[in-house]
Amino acid sequence: MADAKIVIVGAGPAGVRAAEAVVTAGLTPWLIDEGRRDGGQIFRRQPEGFRRSYAELYGGEAERAAALHRAFESLADRIDYRPETLAWNLRDGVLHTAKCGLSDALPFDALIIASGAADRLMPLPGWTLPGVYSLGGAQIALKAQAAAIGRKVAFLGTGPLLYLVASQYLAAGAGVSAVLDSSPRRLGLRALPELLARPRLMARGLAMIAGLRRAGVEIRTGVTPRRIDGDEEGVSGLTVALANGRKRTIDCDAVAMGYHLRPEMQLADLARCSFRFDAASRQWLPEVDDNGRSSVEGIYLAGDGSEVLGAEAAEIGGRLAALTALHDLGEAVPPGELSRLRRKQARMRRFARGLAKAYPWPHTSAAGLADETILCRCEAVTVGELRRSVGDLGAGELNRAKAFSRVGMGRCQGRYCGHAAGEVMAAASGLPLEQVGRLRGQAPVKPLPIVKAVEPA
Amino acid sequence: MSAEAADVIVVGGGFMGAASAFFLRKRGRSVILLERGQVGQQASGVNFGNVRRQGRFLPQLPLANRSRAIWGDLARLIGEDAEFLPTGHIRVCYDRDQLAVLEDYAADAKDWGLELELLGRNALRDRFPFLGPDAVAGSFSPLDGHANPRLAAPAFARAAAREGAQVVEGTAVEGIEKQGTDFEVTSVQGRRYRAPVVLVTAGAWGGKLSERFGEPVPLKVKGPQMAVTEAVPYALEPVVGVCSAEDEERVYLRQVKRGNVVFGGGLRGPASAENLRAYALPERLLAQFRQIERLVPAVAALKVIRTWSGIEGYLVDDIPIMGASRRVSGLYYAFGFCGHGFQLGPGVGDVMAELIDRGKTTTPIEPFSIERFATPDGSPQDAATATIPQETLAP
Repeated sequence: MADAKIVIVGAGPAGVRAAEAVVTAGLTPWLIDEGRRDGGQIFRRQPEGFRRSYAELYGGEAERAAALHRAFESLADRIDYRPETLAWNLRDGVLHTAKCGLSDALPFDALIIASGAADRLMPLPGWTLPGVYSLGGAQIALKAQAAAIGRKVAFLGTGPLLYLVASQYLAAGAGVSAVLDSSPRRLGLRALPELLARPRLMARGLAMIAGLRRAGVEIRTGVTPRRIDGDEEGVSGLTVALANGRKRTIDCDAVAMGYHLRPEMQLADLARCSFRFDAASRQWLPEVDDNGRSSVEGIYLAGDGSEVLGAEAAEIGGRLAALTALHDLGEAVPPGELSRLRRKQARMRRFARGLAKAYPWPHTSAAGLADETILCRCEAVTVGELRRSVGDLGAGELNRAKAFSRVGMGRCQGRYCGHAAGEVMAAASGLPLEQVGRLRGQAPVKPLPIVKAVEPA
Repeated sequence: MSAEAADVIVVGGGFMGAASAFFLRKRGRSVILLERGQVGQQASGVNFGNVRRQGRFLPQLPLANRSRAIWGDLARLIGEDAEFLPTGHIRVCYDRDQLAVLEDYAADAKDWGLELELLGRNALRDRFPFLGPDAVAGSFSPLDGHANPRLAAPAFARAAAREGAQVVEGTAVEGIEKQGTDFEVTSVQGRRYRAPVVLVTAGAWGGKLSERFGEPVPLKVKGPQMAVTEAVPYALEPVVGVCSAEDEERVYLRQVKRGNVVFGGGLRGPASAENLRAYALPERLLAQFRQIERLVPAVAALKVIRTWSGIEGYLVDDIPIMGASRRVSGLYYAFGFCGHGFQLGPGVGDVMAELIDRGKTTTPIEPFSIERFATPDGSPQDAATATIPQETLAP
């Protein structure tokens, strides 16, 4: 199919490498991205006029970032690149996009969804105060605008991003009050065999933690978050229970929190891809085969948008998904390439399993959340209201609880509260999480301005 | 396993079924309500939430009036109000032809117990300054309003259960037949239920059941196109609708107290009763945007956060099936409400309970009898070719 149309959503590591593979095959893909420039979240470029070096911006990942940016630049006149464009719906082989008040409809033969990941959040009292950010948000403030979210920032959560962002703040000269990790340290040791699948990355992680310690940053593991204190002026403190049960209050003026990442799966959902429950990470993920094929013909999934494996794996996954799509469209692909990529990817997956073991989602804390705690920020639904929709109103499944309580009905459509809501509901009902289900995706993927349709050219 | 028995088996746990179960209990009848999925999950739960009488088929107004009275009394009756707000309903038009339609309707509706207030261009602008310049006149129904469809049917089902009804969710009906004086209903799980009376309130699936008793109806399944915006301060009090001869122009919107603007209308989308799927089409949403902007320009500054559809049953003459079977004694129908059943829900429940209890109703429902589609031999009716038996007015 010489004139086959391939659409790629997302210009991060997976999307750019997918575009590169498609261009190499002689086709001109569309590359749709919400960002103002390429790079995705991890290799986000700084705005024009900012002059920080790659080393300052991306630390140990500077070379990878530079290589990805160069790869994108070399594609510039061979792709149809549409930045600041939201892919808001998908139906019958047509992707619907919106940009600056105009909507467009792009028919495709193959769609590669490289939609990336966002923070996985667990509420706690005070998490909606001004000055509380997600880890990703805190990182973007630094990367994009060279701004810190506070002068004394407490980092709360778990996962590699917790230590990475704290280190980046420290390196940038911002005040780091403490790093509070909900995962007990012993889990890291238990995950060692898997983590050794990528020894250099593991070493870099350990060096990062050591660097924080050397700088005198208080690091606590195995903590249980209790509450964030403050008022409409901002944050004044963060209280946790330490592993030994003692209470510890950190003096801070901002909190960056997050419990690892979760894939942005709305497009895969709208494409009616099948999902499976991943017991290890306690979340629903789209089904994807080793080559990047979803359960729906013509829809391919790559990068952290289908399974959080990190940037390097996303580059591999993007290329893999693109080559698979090309193969399925009857194009020749380099012999042996697919199996080589699959082998690399298997190693990445092994490492990610280790991370999931070392830094588990703290699901048990959902049961202990006080009724007054805000669960759904957009609609200001409390934990107690969700429990009431289970107990008094008899909701036996998450979408039913949503219908009764409005949890997940606001601007984010449950992207940020959905995982916590599932856990609260599972704990309140006694049902296993997989039986509670997941919030069904409904268009638009993100809030859609009342747009005008573009007349077909 | 022996069959569970009751006075009445209600098949279909939508709004009509849940309300019927409640009012049957109020009349002392024992009830089993069977629902394939969850109560109020289909069309009852995903419609616009209009509690609107004006614009309806005139002979339906007595039923709508009876229903409206119950809406105002929900808190006392079932212990919650399903967020019903009697905000008024303003129906505007864009040209003189449609103004004549509004005028005629207002004159006729008075005889059916519905008082409407006609507003010319200036009065319309004074009362509802948010309306766009294309609106040249309007008809205001002060006691109509809106409610939350996600809450209404489940609230009735819970109230029915508190009154002693047996509400059985997750139970699809497989077999249904009359044996002697009783009906025997079998679920796909093999459970059996027995009663001398069956009420079919199965919405878009009702036609499949009536056909089994030799009373096929020309019913088509369609999906309304619904959307909701982000929340902004509450400013649009009445429900707003358009009177037009053009399908695409007939959009409607309402703002809920907490701030979101819900809108819908225009052309409907595809839906499948077999696959339990209905589709909100991207192109339809874009077409709605143009009409919504025309109706209330300020809404065009908002962002849409969610779209949806549902599975609705439409008869060819755009009015429902309601009343007793003409072929099988003890069998009753209330289904196919053609996208305008939400307001009627409480009234339908009350009237069907009365009909089953007393054998007759104080509110006329003859126009909705299944008899209008009777074929001599019970042969199927094709929705595409069936003749429309009477002059009707699209709501």
